[in-house]
Amino acid sequence: MMAAPMRNVDEIRDRVILGEFGVRNVHSTDFPGNYPGYDDTWDLRKFKKNFRLNIAHMDENTLEFDMVGIDAAIANAFRRILLAEVPTMAIEKVFIYNNTSIIQDEILAHRLGLVPIKADPRLFEYRNAGDEEGTEIDTIQLQLKIKCTRNTRAAKDSSDPKELYLNHMVYSKDITWVPIGNQADVFGDSKIGPVHDDILLAQLRPGQELDIVMHCVKGIGKDHAKFSPVATASYRLLPEITLLQTVEGEKAERLKRCFSAGVIEVENINGEQVAKVVNSRLDTCSREVLRHDDLKNLVKIGRVRDHFIFSVESTGILPPEVLVSEAINVLIAKCQKFLTELESSEME
Amino acid sequence: MAAADTEKKRVLEMVQAAGADEGCVTFVLHEEDHTLGNSLRYMVMKNPDVEFCGYSITHPSESKINFRIQTRGGLPATETLRKGLNDLTDASKHVLHTFEAQVKEFKLKQEEAME
Repeated sequence: MMAAPMRNVDEIRDRVILGEFGVRNVHSTDFPGNYPGYDDTWDLRKFKKNFRLNIAHMDENTLEFDMVGIDAAIANAFRRILLAEVPTMAIEKVFIYNNTSIIQDEILAHRLGLVPIKADPRLFEYRNAGDEEGTEIDTIQLQLKIKCTRNTRAAKDSSDPKELYLNHMVYSKDITWVPIGNQADVFGDSKIGPVHDDILLAQLRPGQELDIVMHCVKGIGKDHAKFSPVATASYRLLPEITLLQTVEGEKAERLKRCFSAGVIEVENINGEQVAKVVNSRLDTCSREVLRHDDLKNLVKIGRVRDHFIFSVESTGILPPEVLVSEAINVLIAKCQKFLTELESSEME
Repeated sequence: MAAADTEKKRVLEMVQAAGADEGCVTFVLHEEDHTLGNSLRYMVMKNPDVEFCGYSITHPSESKINFRIQTRGGLPATETLRKGLNDLTDASKHVLHTFEAQVKEFKLKQEEAME
């Protein structure tokens, strides 16, 4: 199987080439005036015609989709916004009334801050700078009040802390929500609290206790990573593997083993074992093949410049598809902010 | 509150060299970084009336970018910036609509498979 070779100019424009000693054609060059015979002026109709988006996989917390026909500058903006500019609610103020445990106040406060809190940030406002109190529209109050005691019913000869003590492990499930104002009515059904019940926060021994009140506020990942709504958000370019010549016999088998499983298969054609590219999407682009002198000139490895395979993993606060929509809306809002600013500065 | 109002936070500034025409402007975008800088640069560079467009982050501890535009034929740089922002909005809106339609379709298919 041999694909028709691309025109040289098109290869420079549309493919990133993985060479033996480096990566070629890394940058986008599709700007007006760069290529005679190509109209690279921005054209919304053309963009809409070429743009494709396909969801490959989606569940409660993860999402994989292909975004095709867009430049890395814009795809990267979406990715960066997902990480740093889509807001969530997180613990920001920790009031420690009592902490006799072995874990220091500041370490405990930091751990608490990183616990994902299930609450829809779209229903809250940002707290004003300098406001220490907070109101029902910008604050969620949580409480952690727990004391470790001896288990009187434990066996006499037991040495297992699980049997000997009660409440010796403090988990995120021990955090309770204390509604402020009308919050009990407004959010009554949505059960505000930690996303996960089983995050270990501290360990106690009999007589030790924690008495803590926390304020959650709305924030963005740019300010602190605890506000980031995603565990990961990344993209990779679609790999493209092209065989330049027919590869047969032992070479075909070796070629197959140079790539990730499922990328290349060996087929029997008229009694000859012939290599065929089956699914280049699966490849990790290891470039192993370029270490084989007799194989490296038989194959071209590249990536499609405008084909992004996005992968978004939510922390569980909001579903991943909502996060992507929110991220795109953030970019639109940025543009609108500067457009209105341009209008008003021209009025002056 | 009055003090906060008078000291209104700057969002956008225009810097021009003495004697430069309105086609050569450096815009200072406050509270922005590569996210808007690079995507907007791409859009502005897609405009054939633009001779040069580039941006820089002044210093890691300052949250602003200098966004430079030089146009052809004395066209006001503000016009090309406005077009860039509008084009980026249009593209983003199309991505958003396509994405939401695909999500809806995917969920529908998933429900059908469950039945």
